[in-house]
Amino acid sequence: MTSSPTRTTPVVDQTVPALRLRGVVKTFGDLRAVDGLDLDLFPGTCLGLLGPNGAGKSTTMRMLTGQAIPDSGEIEVLGFPIPQKSKQARARMGVVPQSENLDEELTVRQNLTVWATLLRVPRRHRVEAVGDAMAAAQLVDRADSKVQTLSGGMKRRLLIARALVHRPALVLLDEPTVGLDPQVRGDIWTLIDRLRSSGVSVLMSTHYIEEAERLCDDVAVVSHGTVIARGTPAELVGIHAGVEALEFFGPPDRLARIEDTVAPLGFATRRTGPSVSVLRAEALPQHVVDDLGEGSRRAANLEDVFVLLTGEKLED
Amino acid sequence: MTDLTRLASGPAEDEPRNLRAVEPTAFAGVFTREITLFRRVWLSTAFGSIVEPTINLLAFGFGLGALVSSVQGIPYIQFIGTGTVATAVLFASVFAGMYDTYIKRTFRKTYDGILATPVDVPELFLAEGAWIAVKAGVFGMAPLLVAMIFGLPPSWGMLAIPFICFLTGLGFGFMGQWFSGIVPSIDSFTYVQSALITPLFVLAGIFFPLQGLPQWVQTSAQLNPLYHCVQLVRNAVFGWEPMNDLGHTLALVVFAAVMAALSIRVLRRKLID
Repeated sequence: MTSSPTRTTPVVDQTVPALRLRGVVKTFGDLRAVDGLDLDLFPGTCLGLLGPNGAGKSTTMRMLTGQAIPDSGEIEVLGFPIPQKSKQARARMGVVPQSENLDEELTVRQNLTVWATLLRVPRRHRVEAVGDAMAAAQLVDRADSKVQTLSGGMKRRLLIARALVHRPALVLLDEPTVGLDPQVRGDIWTLIDRLRSSGVSVLMSTHYIEEAERLCDDVAVVSHGTVIARGTPAELVGIHAGVEALEFFGPPDRLARIEDTVAPLGFATRRTGPSVSVLRAEALPQHVVDDLGEGSRRAANLEDVFVLLTGEKLED
Repeated sequence: MTDLTRLASGPAEDEPRNLRAVEPTAFAGVFTREITLFRRVWLSTAFGSIVEPTINLLAFGFGLGALVSSVQGIPYIQFIGTGTVATAVLFASVFAGMYDTYIKRTFRKTYDGILATPVDVPELFLAEGAWIAVKAGVFGMAPLLVAMIFGLPPSWGMLAIPFICFLTGLGFGFMGQWFSGIVPSIDSFTYVQSALITPLFVLAGIFFPLQGLPQWVQTSAQLNPLYHCVQLVRNAVFGWEPMNDLGHTLALVVFAAVMAALSIRVLRRKLID
């Protein structure tokens, strides 16, 4: 890890978990938004919270910054108990919110400078810190453009840069690419991936399977406010969804017939629009495969895992 | 390609120290943000805050001044000029507190962003309130300068007026913040304006002295912070009344403190789940 000659480089304690949650509960009236959540994030890794809207991901993020107070349970962020020492933790973490809340009237540089001040970058390092953050987000040539003139992708990159300006040890990303074009999404992924490779701990909530598969060392599948499965994307797929799926397209009655054929044999299926996938298809006896007719084999993925575990669909 | 690892090396140097007190660093951060924003919009803000009271001053000063030559021994244009200082302060502070705070909280989600940095709710709203008060301190001087053009003689006491305006602006800025946290929607501000701000403004002794009015009006004026502001400004210009002025100052201090407490309380409930 290199560092600038003028800014000091405090070492992140690798033995303290970046995040530690035990039995965290948060209710809103009758709704148990977070219901006994346990979570660990190890330093220098990226953990994905994968779940549909309403699974409690955003509430969890807000509890980590002290913006929501849990009813019960323990939270530690970078070793600091939350909410008691939330402010110390916040000084060391960067938060990328789901909804864009930049100061539109200010330029890129001004936005970052304001945030560097709020995030307590010492005055003598501010210009450099802002420069580094703009470079990281590839916004140097737009430094003096007002935010309202930037494209959606640039704004999102600035939102991420804003969370990096104080060189945090932990970054929280709440649905970092929601609502972006695929092309722009790729740019954001590159940025997050480089962040992770540089040793920052990352917690990312997402309901995009591909995002979790590409960026996360570890995935926690969240449903109704609790973790129902945890592992690397490959482990989760291997354990819960096997090697491959057989996907069939056709009219509803054909899809129903396929479901009726494989269900008695103990095979799970899931529908996606006009198709049905038979999961763990590698274990299907050949004569059953022949009976089912023409289908296409594809690798099992995290979405299969998710549907198997929760019976819910991820993307809306 | 840039070196991202430079960004990734750990915590800030300036540690948050005290969790309970209002930290100067956090306060200064929010205050600096306001100054940066103001440098972008100062012209429109200053225009509204200065021109409107000035029009009031000129319209009443000349319109009514033609009928009433003097009030309590003071030429009417000077009476109204000193009174309008309070109007300028009220407008610059209570509306900024109401609208800006409401918009930043609900539409722009600005506070969600700031509260994810090492800034707590009291620091955030005390700093924003202080900034509103600074603007009120400056804008409050505009009517005075206009009145001076129309013959108000300069006096040493006038140097106290920015501070009187600051103190008054503090209370009304916090009051605006408080309202921003209790109204169900931004449209509800019209009720606040009609039912509360207008009576405060009319019954503060800005346009006419309250002495001629029924006793209950004069008594209730004691509960109107703007009345205390008007009295202090006039005494600063035309001659101090030490005991009374101490009372007026105290009233404004209490008003600001109570409003700050209410504002922080209600906005914390709105922003922290």
